[in-house]
Amino acid sequence: MDQILGNISLLFEFPVVNLKIIIDGVMIGALFALAAYGLALVWGVMNVKNLAQGDFVIAGGYVAWYFTRQGVPPLFGVPLAFVVMWVIGWVVYKLVISRVIERDLFTSLLATFGLAIMMAQIMNLMFGSDTQSIQLKYDTLYFFDGFVDVPIAKLIGVTLASSLAVGVILFMKKSRMGQAIRATAQDARAARILGIDTEKVYAFTFSLNAAICGAAGAIIVMVWVIQPFYGISYSIRAFVIVTAAGLGNLPGVIAAGLGIGAAEQYGAHIFGIGYQQAIAVLLLLIVLLYRLIQQRRVRQSLN
Amino acid sequence: MSSIIDIQSVSKSFGGVLANTDVSMKVEKGGITGLIGPNGSGKTTLFNSIVGYHPIDSGSIRFEGKEISKLQVQNIARLGLLRTFQQTRIYGAMNGVENMLISLPHRKMRFFDSFGRNTKEDYERADMLLDFVGLYEKRYLQSGSLSFGQQKLLEFAMALMNEPSVLLLDEPTAGINPTLINGLIDRLKKANTEFGITLFIIEHNMRVIMNMADTIYCLAHGKLLAQGTPEEIQGDQRVVDAYLGAH
Amino acid sequence: MKKSIFYTVLLAIILVAPFAFPDFRTQLATLWLMIVVAMTWDMTGGQMGYNSLGNIFFYGTGMYVAALISIGMVHDVGSYNNAARSELMTFTDAQYFTGAIIGIIGAGLFCALTAVVIGYLTFGLRGPYFAIGTLGVAIAAGELVANWDWVGGGQGIALPVYPGNLDVGKLFFYFLFAGTGVALFVFLKWLYTTRFGAAINAIRDDEEKAEAMGIHTLRYKLTTWAMAAFFVGIVGGISAFQLIHFEPLETAYQTINLGIFMVVCVLLGGKGTLWGPIIGAILFHVIKEVTWNYLLGWQWVALGALIVVTVVYFQDGVMGWLMHKKPEWFGIRVEQKEAR
Repeated sequence: MDQILGNISLLFEFPVVNLKIIIDGVMIGALFALAAYGLALVWGVMNVKNLAQGDFVIAGGYVAWYFTRQGVPPLFGVPLAFVVMWVIGWVVYKLVISRVIERDLFTSLLATFGLAIMMAQIMNLMFGSDTQSIQLKYDTLYFFDGFVDVPIAKLIGVTLASSLAVGVILFMKKSRMGQAIRATAQDARAARILGIDTEKVYAFTFSLNAAICGAAGAIIVMVWVIQPFYGISYSIRAFVIVTAAGLGNLPGVIAAGLGIGAAEQYGAHIFGIGYQQAIAVLLLLIVLLYRLIQQRRVRQSLN
Repeated sequence: MSSIIDIQSVSKSFGGVLANTDVSMKVEKGGITGLIGPNGSGKTTLFNSIVGYHPIDSGSIRFEGKEISKLQVQNIARLGLLRTFQQTRIYGAMNGVENMLISLPHRKMRFFDSFGRNTKEDYERADMLLDFVGLYEKRYLQSGSLSFGQQKLLEFAMALMNEPSVLLLDEPTAGINPTLINGLIDRLKKANTEFGITLFIIEHNMRVIMNMADTIYCLAHGKLLAQGTPEEIQGDQRVVDAYLGAH
Repeated sequence: MKKSIFYTVLLAIILVAPFAFPDFRTQLATLWLMIVVAMTWDMTGGQMGYNSLGNIFFYGTGMYVAALISIGMVHDVGSYNNAARSELMTFTDAQYFTGAIIGIIGAGLFCALTAVVIGYLTFGLRGPYFAIGTLGVAIAAGELVANWDWVGGGQGIALPVYPGNLDVGKLFFYFLFAGTGVALFVFLKWLYTTRFGAAINAIRDDEEKAEAMGIHTLRYKLTTWAMAAFFVGIVGGISAFQLIHFEPLETAYQTINLGIFMVVCVLLGGKGTLWGPIIGAILFHVIKEVTWNYLLGWQWVALGALIVVTVVYFQDGVMGWLMHKKPEWFGIRVEQKEAR
């Protein structure tokens, strides 16, 4: 308890610590937002709630890590992870997701939960249960007498993440496929009548989602660490973000992503690093409860 | 007769669209009150406001003198104010008798009663009411396999099983085979006279409503347009205009 | 008449099994554990339509509560969990048994109480939000307990070993689990014939309609979950004593093992039926035990695959399949379309 109070008072004595926490949080939050955007995309278009989202992220990280170990320059890991995860996403869609789209929501939730367990275990068998990361040989920038350190690697990571996000948004706005995806999200039956091959749209959307997650994972492995069983916490973060922001609300997803990144960093600072997982999950419960109270208000209650 | 439902200047809008504006009406205890109006005139909205599906913007709704406009659906239902749905809602996987037994008035049960089994009287009452609506022969069939009209009759029987004091019916004759409508009118009247249930009915079929109701209210564009006995309503030029779209 | 013979034979098998297969006593006890958690999951998931992914929360909480009660009756909990465990681990036989019995019952009651509290907060969540919310509760509980030193933190808790002959100990735990299972079966067999059973089925099939008919939906939902939590807490408590040592993430709040097994068992056997969860648990347990050792590390992958395949291809389970093939066995009759 004393330690917690000490950590809190540190925030007030040295306001610059806040700055460091927020910068860290925003950097990592940008990556959460990417995974959440993918989740919102799949959720909105085909009404599948993908609990294997985080495992796609981790798998992308391992793809980048694997190629880097084979001598590929680290930054190429991101596009490679994008492509490899695209293919894996397509296979997963064909084998599993395509068969649960029309079913009730719990079915897709449970099927993807099974998928998540499977993927985590396969990665565990292939790569072992140690944490892994790619060390980039860049300097670290220091500000405020060294209180705030910003590794250039993290800056590169954020830049990559934002350009990926911009690319995806432009694609969704401008391209034919993007328009077809948005049309299907609004009304799949109408889209089908208008001659859109929704089956193709679904497959494309899911693969795109896996690819986005994979790229995010490839960035995470450069700035953080990955481990086969970290997937579920990324899935939960993605759910927190989408639940807080709502579907089809892109600015909301980005804001919630950054906010959750910052909130987690604050939590880790105050309560200690051991609580990081717990904080991610508690945020989920808080967001769900908030939504519930909001809902009650709409449905009126007196007692 | 005294009024059992008293609606005072109720307004309800959905994002700028005024669904009900300053609507006031009274439902007389023990009577049959009709609610008519062209499509989109706010009839179902008013029903939903009464039974608690959404909050109202302003006004007051009283049931047996008690303000209910802020209560939730199940609390209102437990007062004995029940509604049927325009799109029928029954338990399709269960058979008719099971549907009836589910509809036992839980508000009259103490918590420990709910751990009891259904009594012989419950079964007899279920059979009697199923017979009353003409579904006795089909009572052990899976109710989802019944025709739409039969499902509607089953929902009506379920509502009666619940022993409500007021029953709100949303278009009871819609989708029912025209040859069966006369029978349905008789049953509704009987439910009113024999079981003593006050009825408040939304109905599009003029012949049906003119035949049953003591008092009729007509809504148009969310506002109360006219009220009176069937004869008065039939003779009211504004009502005729509203239905012809001249309003 | 036929039924009573069936149940007598069944009861005889239950009583004789641990003596007929003495080498499999622990296996059989685990089978009963699976049966109990599957049946309790089905109470909310199958009968009431609320699919929880976090019922394991009550298992873990039951373990901790039972252990803490039995320790607390003899020692100071904090120092017990901090001390080099062997020092304080002295319980007389009487202390062991009274601690175990009171602890296990206390675990059940405590879990029932927490279910009411959590249910009050989460039952407004419908569909997938409920599943994810309950999953969140279970994961959060595990993480928080792992950081709580008073209850042993990530190390978990070590309990005393069963005093006396270990083979007798195995029998003791077998009969505790089996007794709970039989009690639960009898309880559910009765419960599903009451008005209460019909009411929770109504909530599953159309909750809005149930509300509109004035059924006390929240009250029934809370009661059902509390009853389920009670039995899960009990078997959690028994497991704590059977396993001797347990830790928070992999044993107590084992979200991806037992937490998901119980769902798969129910789906395999058939949701919303009395026998489905039992059949499913037996099937699952047998498949798992027979194949586990031959899969050489791939067993968890196989488990994930089993979940996916069950959910995607065989979601109605054995009972659902039978119901579809032989509806008349279940008294289902449909309107003959030609007749009209």
